[in-house]
Amino acid sequence: MSAMSASPHESAIGHVTGAARYTDELAMPSGCLSMMPVLSTLAHARIVQLDVSAARLAEGVIDVITAADIPGLNDTGAIVHDEPLLPTTTVEFYGQALAWIVAKTDAQAISAAKLVRVELAPLPPILSFSDAQAAQAYHMAPKRLIRGDAESALTASPHRLSGTFESGGQDHFYLETHASWAYMDSENLLRVHASTQHPSETQHIVARVLALRQHEVIVSCVRMGGAFGGKETQANAFAALVALAAMRTGKPVRIKLKREADMTLTGKRHPFQTHYDVGFDSDGRITALRAELIADAGWSLDLSPPVLTRAMAHIDNAYYLPHVHLTGLMARTNKVSNTAFRGFGGPQGMLVIEEIISAIARQLDLAPEVVRAHNFYGGKTGMELARDHTHYGQPVRDGGLRMQRIWDIALKQGNYPARKQELAAFNQTSPMRKRGLAITPVKFGISFNKVTYNQAGAHVLIYHDGSVHVNHGGTEMGQGLHSKMLAVAARTLGIAQSHIKIMVTSTEKVPNTSATAASAGADLNGQAVKSACDAILARIFAVLRTHWDLQDAIELHCANDQISSACGNQICFKDAVALSYEARISLAATGFYATPGLSWDMEHNTGHPFYYFSCGAAVSEVEVDGYTGEWRLRAAHLVHDVGDSLNPLIDIGQIEGGFVQGMGWLTMEELVWDAHGRLRTVAPSTYKIPTISEVPDALAGQFSTTLLDNAAQPGVIYGSKAAGEPPLMLAISVREALRDAVAAFAITPSCAPIKLDCPSTPEAILRAVIAVRS
Amino acid sequence: MTNRSIAIQITLNGKATQLACSAPTQTLLHALNAAGHSGTKEGCGDGDCGACTVVLLQTDANGVTRSVAVNSCLLPAGQLAGAHILTVEGLKALNSGALHPSQEVMVRHGGSQCGYCTPGFVMSLFATFHSAENMLDDAAVEGNLCRCTGYNSIRRAMAELIDIPTFALAELPAVNAQTAKNHEENQWLYRPANLDAALRLKQNQPQAQWLAGATDLGLEFSRDALHPKPLIAIDALAELSLLKLYDGQLEIGAGVSLSRLQAALRGKNDQRDSDLSMHRNGALRGLYTMLHWFAATQVRNRATLGGNLGTASPIGDLLPVLLALDAEIVLQSLRGERSVDAPNYFLDYRKTALLADELVRCVRIKLATHSNADAQTTRTLTQSYKVGKRGSDDISIVAACFLLELDGDNVITKARLAYGGIAAIPIRAIAAEALLVGQSLSSNLSALVRPALHAAFTPLSDFRGSADYRKQLIVNLFDKFLFEMTHTDAAAHA
Repeated sequence: MSAMSASPHESAIGHVTGAARYTDELAMPSGCLSMMPVLSTLAHARIVQLDVSAARLAEGVIDVITAADIPGLNDTGAIVHDEPLLPTTTVEFYGQALAWIVAKTDAQAISAAKLVRVELAPLPPILSFSDAQAAQAYHMAPKRLIRGDAESALTASPHRLSGTFESGGQDHFYLETHASWAYMDSENLLRVHASTQHPSETQHIVARVLALRQHEVIVSCVRMGGAFGGKETQANAFAALVALAAMRTGKPVRIKLKREADMTLTGKRHPFQTHYDVGFDSDGRITALRAELIADAGWSLDLSPPVLTRAMAHIDNAYYLPHVHLTGLMARTNKVSNTAFRGFGGPQGMLVIEEIISAIARQLDLAPEVVRAHNFYGGKTGMELARDHTHYGQPVRDGGLRMQRIWDIALKQGNYPARKQELAAFNQTSPMRKRGLAITPVKFGISFNKVTYNQAGAHVLIYHDGSVHVNHGGTEMGQGLHSKMLAVAARTLGIAQSHIKIMVTSTEKVPNTSATAASAGADLNGQAVKSACDAILARIFAVLRTHWDLQDAIELHCANDQISSACGNQICFKDAVALSYEARISLAATGFYATPGLSWDMEHNTGHPFYYFSCGAAVSEVEVDGYTGEWRLRAAHLVHDVGDSLNPLIDIGQIEGGFVQGMGWLTMEELVWDAHGRLRTVAPSTYKIPTISEVPDALAGQFSTTLLDNAAQPGVIYGSKAAGEPPLMLAISVREALRDAVAAFAITPSCAPIKLDCPSTPEAILRAVIAVRS
Repeated sequence: MTNRSIAIQITLNGKATQLACSAPTQTLLHALNAAGHSGTKEGCGDGDCGACTVVLLQTDANGVTRSVAVNSCLLPAGQLAGAHILTVEGLKALNSGALHPSQEVMVRHGGSQCGYCTPGFVMSLFATFHSAENMLDDAAVEGNLCRCTGYNSIRRAMAELIDIPTFALAELPAVNAQTAKNHEENQWLYRPANLDAALRLKQNQPQAQWLAGATDLGLEFSRDALHPKPLIAIDALAELSLLKLYDGQLEIGAGVSLSRLQAALRGKNDQRDSDLSMHRNGALRGLYTMLHWFAATQVRNRATLGGNLGTASPIGDLLPVLLALDAEIVLQSLRGERSVDAPNYFLDYRKTALLADELVRCVRIKLATHSNADAQTTRTLTQSYKVGKRGSDDISIVAACFLLELDGDNVITKARLAYGGIAAIPIRAIAAEALLVGQSLSSNLSALVRPALHAAFTPLSDFRGSADYRKQLIVNLFDKFLFEMTHTDAAAHA
């Protein structure tokens, strides 16, 4: 099969000309109203009074919506019903929306919001892991994931280490803030346009809040200006609010959050605290791990259980852990309800084991990259254990991971051994600037842990002039899903992409879809699109066999806008379609796909949850300033396995973008809450995501991205592999390189672990430098 | 509620356009979006993400047209009557209906993913592509945040754009002098024609506020609230736009944009300004360094020294530089002109010596403090530093500018240690300075001044950094400066 082409994003011309529209920019019916929130000014409080009467009388105000106005269930919880759309008795986080003003303009709604009289009686807030522990404030019972006998294995281990490690949260900072608008159409259908990764769930929640059936609500998503998990559940509340206001006022109503409101109101990546106790041998091989992982879930549950599960299931990263005893908790704090974010707990779990491996390497005075490789899955045959099952019981076959191959390429791309020597020489002569180098692996499980969600649908329509509409259940957020679906449809039908249009994602085209999430968008929807195309093609082929008077056994092929037979017959696709129309066969079909072979025991957290693993490795080199803790990424070399790429331009973009986003999380993106539980970093002036200046220059040879070759993945759409989330975790190499540089500041050699807070801001790095020096 | 709505006459993408605004302070971005021009996006409303970047075409007295990238989310539309504005929707028309090269390279190299930041990147690339300096490097887009690509695809696009020869923009209608006329009749945003008119307005309405590049006040306009005070726009006043070197001193007009100052320091200006490049590695080295760290291109294109002084934020990046350079701040009113030494200008948190009827007219910096005979043997060592969570385009946790003058025997004759971010005002470490004078230059000096620097300030903790970190930086930055000045290799490295 020929490789898929590196064609530009299907909307690229729309992007660069401004013609591509986003939810809030679609032509709305005239007279569209705007909604703005009234925000709580305490993190935890009893609502004594909420008087909206003055706001109702303000200029331009059409309606004010409070909990009492909700006709259906006042709840937007995705998994359990613990998330009121509007609070009735208590405020659960600083900035929670207490009421929404519906006015003719944004400005009028903002002014009127100030007129709402809110009286709150403060309650003690829970704002930290230690607060939660003191109050035993946790959502649900602890989760456990156990293999073997960690306790005995720890006792028997030649070496042991224990510690506590915390990683910080992360705001999604999609450039397009949350947006939704809705109107009631002439047929009494509620039409909702939302910037949502999960139109079907948005439809479900809107119906729940408004006491409607799902067939009365249509949710569409044209495209998103970034999402990264932040629009998986978080869009539901805003969609429900505009739908409710549209129903009450009879007018179209919109919400487009200001950046500050978006950052204040919406959930983020979960901060984690982990207490660990690890045993290992003198080669640095881990013998046992006992760990307690605590996720800061925030005020409501949202998606925290599967996030925690994924963290627990990824604490192995690429390493075999013989005996494991994991406990998982979800702290219930008075903060925003933390949610999905690229990696979905995986990065938080993987960070822990990388932290541990660094500590092991220090303790044994071994090179970290050697200890990492020692711990890989697989290993010499004839060992006491095959080292080929994850701690949750899924087989990891060496050839399936391709980890050693990836590792070797990364070492070579990063010129690792030579750079290591050069850095040591540099550090010898440079007292106040030190350089550090690290290589880290990524192994990430692809599929939703919950088996049910691993399904997708498509609806393909061929018009009798040979042009094609492709509908599928996935949403486009910049990841290039639509471009990949276009490529899949074009390749399956054997026609040029110019004959095909990818339609706006809508619940009226494909029902009961899963979120576009878990990196599985192309895998799931691609198979569904292919199956729909195949179904129509089979019908066309039957017509052609009759037309050409061919036996059923004769194979037909389609390519380059032509359909041909093994006997030499040929017809252009367009004529074949016309012929099929004449022959009265259906030129539309649905396609469906359910990932085979998956299982997951929710009680024991064991099974075979992942269809396959997506792997990669990265080498990073940094320089740290010992006066200020400032640092610079000098070089990064990334290697990733995306199978036979459906579109190399798009996959390289996912890898590079994921890496930089991960670097932001680990180093500069710091969410700071004050003592009252108010988030103080709610704008890009205070919350710093990477700019171009923080990224090494690929054109100067300081940055490279290599796609693993000869990597077709059996059983996945055209041999491709997922690319969305896994590359984010390549950035762990940056953090480890920082640790390596910090270690170089030591005046006397030590084998104590290098403590480096996360995010590793200049302040945290300077703290670490001062600690290693004393 | 007062109705302040107006319509301004602008040239938008080459077409004469009446742009309706809910108030003169409504931002250009909001006015464009409300009129259905949705290509220009709001990513933050704070001038920090660049998604709203548009280009102002500015024609100077010599008839030279410049493409200036600005954040439309901060600019009050009322300040733009008569302006010629290009948005992403207009670029194809300027290139005979084909994609402009700045668009085409972004498509080809995967420079867009979600596409929401893309119009801003395209406009930044466009502005640089058509600028005289044509410096297509990272700085061209450092004021544009992208959350998807990781930026290297955009670098690949830039690399191709560099090789495309620039071309003159298609014939554009000249700005209509009639519509460019000042809006004195508008009582919420005055645009006086000259300094005298501006000062008269201020004398009659002392409660009115000066409005320069709007990079700080624009944050309020961006939030749609009606501004409580009348505004007097001074961004177009010729009297504030002088940038000249004379009698051994540099005069920087309060209205000179920071990018213009940067260009003059690079020696790449259009002759209207003095060439300052000879001082770039001398007395003005700290200024040049700090300009690089000051915000990003779109903000530097609008921000002014006068604005930085008017706002007088304790973290205003250029203020420690002015302190270290012993700058004089020249204040003008109808009563006349007076000059205040920088240390006497800052009184308390955002309070200055500026009186209600006064305006910062310019800043004067003496460049030749040594006589010619001394110049052979005396030297000035100076540098500035800025520490933030992110290297580029960040607000400082601590900023500093240091200056040492040495005689022929390497003895310090003058010391200036000026800081921002550590007190209610930008401030000098006077006690430490006094200790340094009379000492020979060596890296051991840090031990001498450390106790004085430790004792001098009690910075606060905030969401940018802790008090402890700030205290460490006060000392460490001076250590770093001494190290760099005493190790030429390190100085070159920096």
